[in-house]
Amino acid sequence: MLTLTSITKSYESKPLLKGISFSVAPGEVVCLLGASGSGKSTILRIIAGLEEAESGEVAWEGVSLMGQPTHQRRFGLMFQDYALFPHLSVFENVAFGLKMQKNQPQRTPSALRKKGFLGVLRGLGGLKDSDSRVRECLEMVHLTGFEHRRVTELSGGEQQRVALARALAPNPRLLMLDEPLGALDRALKESLLDELRRILRGAGIPAIYVTHDQQEAFTLADRIILLRDGQITQAGTPAEVFANPADGWVASFLGLGNVIRPGEGSGALNAEGLDIYKTILLRPQAELVADGGTVQGVVADVVFAGEVFRVELQNGWYFYVSESPRVGESVQLRVLRVEYLP
Amino acid sequence: MKRLLPALLFLGIFFFLPLARILTLGFDSGFILSPGGTFYPRLVSVLGFTFYQALASTLFTLAFGLPLAFLFARYDFPLKPLLRTLTAIPFMLPTVVVAAGFNALLGPRGWLNLLLAEAGLPALDFVGTFGAIITAHVFYNTTIVIRLVGDAWANLDSRLTDSAQALGANPWQTLWNVTLPLLRPSILAASLLVFLFDFTSYGVVLLLGGVKFATLEVEIYIQTVSFLNLPAAAILSVVQLLCTLGLSVLYSRYVTRVTAQIKPSSLPAARRKPKTLAQKTLIVLLSIFCFTFFAAPLASLPLRSVTRLESTPPRVPSNNDSRIIEDSNLQSPITLDYYRELFLNRRGSVFYVPPIQAAVNSLSYAALTVLLSLILGFPAATALVRSGKFARWIDPLIMLPLGASAVTLGLGFIVTFNQAIPFINWYLNTENWTLLTSPYLIPLAHTTIALPFVIRNLQAALATIPERTREAARVLGANPFQVWLNVDFPIVRRAALSAGALAFTVSLGEFGAASLLARPEYPTLPTAIYRFLSQPGALNYGQAMAMATLLMLLTGLGIFAIERLRPRGSDL
Repeated sequence: MLTLTSITKSYESKPLLKGISFSVAPGEVVCLLGASGSGKSTILRIIAGLEEAESGEVAWEGVSLMGQPTHQRRFGLMFQDYALFPHLSVFENVAFGLKMQKNQPQRTPSALRKKGFLGVLRGLGGLKDSDSRVRECLEMVHLTGFEHRRVTELSGGEQQRVALARALAPNPRLLMLDEPLGALDRALKESLLDELRRILRGAGIPAIYVTHDQQEAFTLADRIILLRDGQITQAGTPAEVFANPADGWVASFLGLGNVIRPGEGSGALNAEGLDIYKTILLRPQAELVADGGTVQGVVADVVFAGEVFRVELQNGWYFYVSESPRVGESVQLRVLRVEYLP
Repeated sequence: MKRLLPALLFLGIFFFLPLARILTLGFDSGFILSPGGTFYPRLVSVLGFTFYQALASTLFTLAFGLPLAFLFARYDFPLKPLLRTLTAIPFMLPTVVVAAGFNALLGPRGWLNLLLAEAGLPALDFVGTFGAIITAHVFYNTTIVIRLVGDAWANLDSRLTDSAQALGANPWQTLWNVTLPLLRPSILAASLLVFLFDFTSYGVVLLLGGVKFATLEVEIYIQTVSFLNLPAAAILSVVQLLCTLGLSVLYSRYVTRVTAQIKPSSLPAARRKPKTLAQKTLIVLLSIFCFTFFAAPLASLPLRSVTRLESTPPRVPSNNDSRIIEDSNLQSPITLDYYRELFLNRRGSVFYVPPIQAAVNSLSYAALTVLLSLILGFPAATALVRSGKFARWIDPLIMLPLGASAVTLGLGFIVTFNQAIPFINWYLNTENWTLLTSPYLIPLAHTTIALPFVIRNLQAALATIPERTREAARVLGANPFQVWLNVDFPIVRRAALSAGALAFTVSLGEFGAASLLARPEYPTLPTAIYRFLSQPGALNYGQAMAMATLLMLLTGLGIFAIERLRPRGSDL
C-alpha cells in the first residue's frame, strides 16, 4: 500500500503542491482529477522518484521511499507522450524492464538464435519466462504480431498500447498512468478506455491514473481524488463525489449541472423557498411547467439528445426535458434536484 | 558537473595554460619595450601583408563564387550535384594536400611546366608567388560563398524580381537594384567568414608562398623555429588572437542580425532549366571552368605521384641500400618507385626513419586523438545537454579553442611544456624528461583542436533524446549506467562514430601545430610532406607527391565516414 503524507513542492518559487496526503490500497484504481497545471503529473513524478518533494513523505507498506532512486522502486509509469525507445523494436521496448531486472544482455529471440547453442543454454534461466511474459503483455494489449515492428512506425493508439504493455511487463508494484489517452482522438479514446478498464481490473495492480477528463475518471476509478491549486478538494468513490460535490468548483468541474454563485440567480430563479445567497447546484433534470417553476427564462437553443431534449436558456443554463420547447419561447422549468453547496 | 570536469581539466592544462603562458611571455618580458631594432617595423609590415592578402583573396573568392552561387541557386542542369560536391571537397582537405596538388599541377615540376618545356615554351612561375596564395585561398573558400549566398539566392522571393521587371527594369538593372541589395547581408556574412579563414591561413601560405610571404601565422613559425625568439612569437600570437577575436565578434554579431532579418520567403524562386542559347553557353562555360579549377589540382596529385616525367633519373646520393632504382624502370613513365621509396631508410635523406613511419605516426596520433576526444567529449556533451543555465555559461569556454590558431597552440605548447615536470621525472627516475620531447605532445594538441568539434556533434545528437525517454528507462528499473548503455549510447552511436571520424580527419591533416611540435624523429604525414616539398631533388618531390596522395586518400576515407555516419535526424 502506497501512502503519501503532506507532500509539498514548489516550481520556480511558486507553491505547486501544498500538502498532499492520500493512500492507494492493494488493487485499487485511484484517479487524480484536476485541471492542467494543478500538479497532478508532479505527484506521479514524486512517487516515481523522478523528482523530490520539498517536504512530506512517500512510503510503501509503511517503509519510507525517500532517497531511494527511481530504478529501485519497481513502480510502473506510463508517460503522456509514451516515451517509447525509438531505437528499439516493439518487443525490445516491452522487454526492457524485464531485462533491467534480470540484467540480461540478450535482446530478441532472433538475437538469441544467433548466439547459438551455448548462448541459448546460458540464457535459458530467466529468459524463457521473460520472453513469454513479453508475449503475454503484447497479447493483453492486442499487439500480437507486432513484435518486430519499429515503434516509430506505429500509430498513436498502437504506441499507447506498447507503452502500457511496457509498463505492465515487469509486474510493477504500482502502475501510474499520466493522461495516457490525452493525445488520442475521441473515438479511439472511448474504445481504449473500456480496454484500459478491463486490463487494469484484470492485472490487479494498484494504479494511479492522472487525467483532466471527468468521464475517464468516472469510468475507471475506484476512488477519485480531485486536485485544485495544489490541494485535494475532495476524495471519494465516483458515486459519492457525484452525489455530494464538496463545493461549487467541484460541481462545475465535474459538469454535474448549473452552479449558481450567491446572488447570481436573482431574476431567473424563483426566489420562493430558495436561499439565493448560498451556492446552488441545479441538476439538469427538469420538466416544463405552466406556472410555479424553479427557473424561468427564454429558450436560446434546443438540441435533440435521444430520450430527452437539451434546452439551453439565454443565461447559459441548461436542462434536460422530455418535450421540446420552441427557440425564443419564454418557459418555466421545475428542477427535480436543487442542492445547496458549501 | 562531475562529467564536465575531465574536459575542463584537459582544456585547462592544454589550452588555457599555454594561452596564459603566451600572454605572460608576450606582455611581461622587457621584450615589449626593447625588442631590438627591426621588430616593430617588421610586425607592422607582416600585419599589413596579412590583411592585404586576406582582402585580395576575399575579393577574388567573391568574384569567382558569386557567379557560381547564381548558377547553383537558379538553374538545374546535368552534373550539378557532382559539381556542387566537388566545390565543397577542398574545404575539408588538409592544407598540405591542397598545396601539393597545386604543386603537382603548376609547380616547377608540375604537369603544366612539363608540357611547356616539351613545347619549348618558357616555364610558368607559380609556386612562390603571391598569385599562388590567392589561387589556393579561392580554391578553399569558394564553397562558403556558394553555400551562404547561393542558399539566400535560392530563397529570394521571385515576385520581387518579377515586379522589378514588370516596372521596366532590364536584367542587369534588376540584378543591381533588387537582387544584390537583397543579397547584401549574405554576401557580407560570407565575405567576413572567408576573410577570417584567409586571415588565419597558414599551411597554404607557407607551402605555396614560402617564407618571403610572411603572414602573422607564418611569422610566428619563423620566429619560433628559425630565430628561437619566443617572446617575439608570443607578441605576434597575441596580435593574431586579438584580430581573430575581433573578426569573430564582428561575424557573429552580423550573422545574428542577418538571421533576424531574413525570413524564409513564402515563394522561393523556382529553379529552371536553361533555355536560351546564351544561358546554355554561360552554364557550360562556367561548369567547365569550375570543374577544371576544382578537379585539376586534385587529379594532378595522384597522377603525378605515379609518373616519372623527368629527363634525368632520380639520383640518390651515397646510396648503400641494396634496392637501387634500376635503370630498366626508367623506360616506363608509370612508376611506383616513389611509393617504394617511402619504405626505405636512406642515409642522408630528410629523416632518420623510413618516410612511411610518418604515416604510422600520423595514424597512431589520430587514433589517440579519437580515443581521447571521445572519452573526454562524451561526458562533457552529456552534462552540457542536461544542465540548462550552467551550460550557457560554460559552453563558450569549451568552444574557445576553435578561435585560436593551431600555430598559436603549438607555440603555447612549446613555451608551457619545455620545462621538466617534477612528479613525472621522479616517477620516470630521470632529470630532463619534458612533455615537449615526448611523442605524446601532438595527439594532445590535436585533441585540444578536435574536442570542441566532437563535443558539438555529440551535444547535437544527445539533444535529440527527450529526457522522458531516459526517465522511462529509470522507471523500468535501469540504473544510471544502464540508462546510458541502453538509451543514450545506442541512439548516439552513429553520431559518436561520426564525431570520431571527424577527430581522426582533423588530426590526420593538421599542420599548424605539428609544424612547430613534430620532432624530426617523429614526423607526421603533413610535416613530412612539407619537408619533402621544401627539399630539392626529383626523388624528394616524388615522395612528397606519393605521401600527399596517401594523405588525400586517408582524408577521403574520413570524410566519407563522417558523411555516411552522420545521424539521420528524421529517425528520432
